[in-house]
Amino acid sequence: MKTKQISVFVENRVGRIMEITEILGDNKINIRALSLADTSDFGILRMIVDDIGKAVKVLKEKDFIVKENYVVAVEVPDKPGGLAAVLKVLGKKNINVEYIYAFFEQPQDKALIIFRFENPDEAISALMESGLNVSGEEKRGVH
Amino acid sequence: MIWNRERETLTDRKKKIIHGELLKNLVKRVYDSIPFYKEKIDAARINLDGITSITDIAKLPFTTKENLIDNYPFGMFAVPMSTIVEIHTSSGTTGKPVIGGYTSGDIDMWGEVMARCLTASGTAENDIIQNAYGYGLFTGGLGVHYGARRIGANVIPISGGNTKRQIMIMQDFKSTIITCTPSYSLYLAEVGGELGVDFKKVSLKAGNFGAEPWSDNMRKEIETRLNLMALDIYGLTEIIGPGVANECRYKNGVHICDDHFYPEIINPETGEVLPPGEVGELVITTLTREATPLLRYRTRDITALIPGECKCGRTSVRMKRIMGRTDDMLIIRGVNVFPSQIEEILFHIEGLEPHYQIIVDRVGNLDELSIQVEMNERLISDSIKGLEATENKIVAEIESVLGIKVGVKLVEPKTIVRSEGKAKRVIDKRQI
Repeated sequence: MKTKQISVFVENRVGRIMEITEILGDNKINIRALSLADTSDFGILRMIVDDIGKAVKVLKEKDFIVKENYVVAVEVPDKPGGLAAVLKVLGKKNINVEYIYAFFEQPQDKALIIFRFENPDEAISALMESGLNVSGEEKRGVH
Repeated sequence: MIWNRERETLTDRKKKIIHGELLKNLVKRVYDSIPFYKEKIDAARINLDGITSITDIAKLPFTTKENLIDNYPFGMFAVPMSTIVEIHTSSGTTGKPVIGGYTSGDIDMWGEVMARCLTASGTAENDIIQNAYGYGLFTGGLGVHYGARRIGANVIPISGGNTKRQIMIMQDFKSTIITCTPSYSLYLAEVGGELGVDFKKVSLKAGNFGAEPWSDNMRKEIETRLNLMALDIYGLTEIIGPGVANECRYKNGVHICDDHFYPEIINPETGEVLPPGEVGELVITTLTREATPLLRYRTRDITALIPGECKCGRTSVRMKRIMGRTDDMLIIRGVNVFPSQIEEILFHIEGLEPHYQIIVDRVGNLDELSIQVEMNERLISDSIKGLEATENKIVAEIESVLGIKVGVKLVEPKTIVRSEGKAKRVIDKRQI
């Protein structure tokens, strides 16, 4: 399912990610998934949290620059070839994946893969057509 | 060696007569042919018949860089376009560049003053000048070229850059004189060293180095590493380009070609003329320039005139090294850079007031300019590709406007220290 992700700009300095997670923790915001992309100078911390609006507000108050955008969460069986099956569908439809990261759900037989597409809706229809479980927001407790 | 013994060793009395005549003629010329000066002189109710000697110059109005930009492109031309034979512009000015027009008489004069400058560093007919100043709109390349031609020396118009080729040519052609920015000369020394060149075996004997500020410490380093005599040359596009002044072998200030360019030092706050020896803003009147003559042009360079005679025999007035600027202009690898230009580019890209800081440093003898830009809502992307594209765009825009490559680093908001709400725009770490 289409879900909102927040991306935070961070310089490569000691303790910056800790500060962000601390701010979210202090405000009782739970991080559901997280990935960090970095260069030698800066990084982008991307997160799926349980309260987007509040997370954006508290981070902005602390002068962080935050961007919200849609990603697609896809449920994949936690077994060899699980992700490959999804990527195959996308490849066939010529849909480019900008980036991708994963996290695991309880019970531990499913992995949840977060995909960033240029056009999330197009990707969702492609995935659903192939009978893949495009994870819903409510189910994930993302609201 | 003195190129023009008659004009470079004028007695005070003779100089005064010449200055008076030239000034009288100049004010009439600018009044009759440049509406800007007519208005200015009329508004100040200056009686031109009262301008008879050089001491009357203090009655005349100043000209500023803003005046030149307001009259862009050709509003300050004193002659019809048909008599202009060449145009040059300043390297990097805010928005529109400053224009210098040249009649064939001006080109002649330029060759004359540059011949004096090159001769002061020992250049003669049998010398081979490797001219590593840029050829083009920049005055450096062609200015030196005309001087070399006037002397009858052999000029190699290699222009700037391509360092390995510079080193090959100087060895193969046996160049005896090098002309470039002082920082580039040290870069040549460095690259030459890496290539295993022994500069004691290279034919270079002297260099005219200018277009950026430097120091006696740098001179010592250049002289030791390149095994030559390093002399300072001064000039600016508005006045002529290089050729306004050059050091002689006694290295005690640059001799101004003062029969063409009349210097004054003023208090930049009040405009009051300061006595010789005092530090202030250099103001130059182009006594003989035909196409774009200027009355009391405020150079914004801070220096002092040096009273007294020079051991070399020239009586032309000397000036100390440039000590600073009255504005925030930076000179990076010979290119004039104003922080406002960078601000304008960032504003254009971001569409909002940018928070940035310019850091100037000298890395391996070359000036490096890097810009830190604070991240904001408009620039942020959730992909590295997106952020790198922003950085590259800033680098490319700046390169296309200023002609120099800069480093750009995106930083977190509020990381640039602000004092009284305003960020310090420039941090100059260079130890010149």
